[in-house]
Amino acid sequence: MSSTIRILNVTSLRQDRLLRIGKRVGDQFGVETTILKGSLNLSRAFDSSRRQWNSTILLAELIHQHPFPESKTIAVVEVDLFIPVLTFVFGEAQLEGGAAVISTARLLQQFYGLPPDDEQTLCRLEKEIVHELGHTFGLFHCRHFECVMRSSTYVEEIDLKSAELCADCRALLSFH
Amino acid sequence: MNSTISILIVDDEKVVRDSLSKWFREDGYHVGVAENAAAALKQLQANKWDIILLDIKMPGVDGMELQQRIKEIDPSATIIFITAHASVDTAVQALKSGAFDYVTKPVDPDYLSHLVSNAVKQRSLANENLKLREQITEISRADEIIGDSPQMQKVFELIKTVASTDTTVMIRGESGTGKELIARAIHSSSSRRYFPIVPVNCGAMPEGLLESELFGHERGAFTGAQYRRKGKIELADGGTLFLDEVGNIDMKTQMDLLRVIETKQFTRLGGNDVIKVDFRIICATNKDLERAVAEGTFREDLYYRLNVFSIFIPPLRERKGDIPILANYFVKKYARIMAKHIHTVAPEAMDVLMRYDWPGNVRELENAIERAMVVGKEPAIRPEDLPFQLMEKRSMPASGSLAAMERAHIASILDQNNWNISRSADILQIDRVTLYNKIEKYGLKKPQ
Repeated sequence: MSSTIRILNVTSLRQDRLLRIGKRVGDQFGVETTILKGSLNLSRAFDSSRRQWNSTILLAELIHQHPFPESKTIAVVEVDLFIPVLTFVFGEAQLEGGAAVISTARLLQQFYGLPPDDEQTLCRLEKEIVHELGHTFGLFHCRHFECVMRSSTYVEEIDLKSAELCADCRALLSFH
Repeated sequence: MNSTISILIVDDEKVVRDSLSKWFREDGYHVGVAENAAAALKQLQANKWDIILLDIKMPGVDGMELQQRIKEIDPSATIIFITAHASVDTAVQALKSGAFDYVTKPVDPDYLSHLVSNAVKQRSLANENLKLREQITEISRADEIIGDSPQMQKVFELIKTVASTDTTVMIRGESGTGKELIARAIHSSSSRRYFPIVPVNCGAMPEGLLESELFGHERGAFTGAQYRRKGKIELADGGTLFLDEVGNIDMKTQMDLLRVIETKQFTRLGGNDVIKVDFRIICATNKDLERAVAEGTFREDLYYRLNVFSIFIPPLRERKGDIPILANYFVKKYARIMAKHIHTVAPEAMDVLMRYDWPGNVRELENAIERAMVVGKEPAIRPEDLPFQLMEKRSMPASGSLAAMERAHIASILDQNNWNISRSADILQIDRVTLYNKIEKYGLKKPQ
């Protein structure tokens, strides 16, 4: 198990708001969490034809720019992410690896033409951070309806699940 | 987790292969990749893949052509085409060629997730269906029909010929020859085998009851009809209706039956709703139907409707060569049921079985063996284990002269064949004139 989780805030979100999330995330994985305000060069990941950012390239960029092999590093960005074959992704993680990247773009109510709701956004963000970190700890998608590791392909699905790992996933986590 | 499902991604673009495989791995699928047709075929030969995501446009062998080759290797593979260039023509072509679906890059993650999950569900249903069909085939397989004789080989040949068709079959043969077994063998080899074979013993029911049994009835159709009841014809929908002892059906029911056969529809007794049915008829009789038609007790039009393809099962006495194989089959069957260590018939006992004429045919032989298995002791059935009447037949006639034996034998054959001269002469392997001469010589008379 890695000794720390590092959440790299590349958004305009206030650090103190992320601190609350970070504490709960750390408790789930049983490790300390650090919130860092940082920067990430996004330009290489930009695809002008799609006007989106390639999450795989961004992930490589994160590992290159912030190499911390002993910890799990998760970058939170504001730009809309994609992988070449899909129209979008909420985030991408290295399965049993050390890095993950998450976008807040599609977690915002405004993206869907609705009034802003910061609490809702933070709630979704927390779930996505736990979900992608779960992959870095070697967890697959889970069938349990409320488990945070359940696959979400649209934002309402994120709202439906809890921010917690189910008992099965927690048990699997202890093996890693 | 979907760890038992394997997905092969065939795409010439590395980024597509990498991103898709990563995405599916997070779902717990076992994922493989191939960059072209050659690599894909190599993967297919090495492993079995449940779902194949196939790019249509690839250099060299394209997706469409590769699909044909994949289907040759594994016809059950579920193929989903992916393409960057959507067109109605290619979509139609892909689906016509048997693909499960078709998606355009980039695809909505929710759509792809559901598509693959549906493909997995459909595949698991298809596998389940296949397993159930195999089980049904196993369960519905008729008891083995035994016989090495040329006559039975001919019967097997006829069963094979007629089973795959939907033709009405008339099975003729004496009581106990195994007519229902033949009917079940035809049904279980036909395309209707996943539906029921519904037997109706027409000889065992009085007039009104047979009608109700065949057509069913509505509530209150007659006194005592407290509930609606489906008839055997309705129950046989999709399958086979086996009419045993069809020669015993009364004239009124014959007419109703003829109408159902012609129109494939009927109404329940006391009802108005027309019910459409789809069934095959196999019927059996030991009666001389031609005579019944001539005498006016069986409708000629129904006779022609039923007697389309006829199978005659010879009586056991005409294929005595089958007795040892049948006897040993029944010995093994009852040894298993009774948990006894009797595994054969002693030569002296077999001699008794071979000499007997078996008027009750295979059924009588089975009963004789069953009885012998009850009273017999290890390791083989002995003559004294066989029923008393068999032993009697063995010792007849009492006088022992050749003429007396010939007389008794001719009389016995004539009786067994209802004094049918041609058939009796065939069995005795003499011509009809000689038989007439011997009847006169021994003063044999046809019973009145």
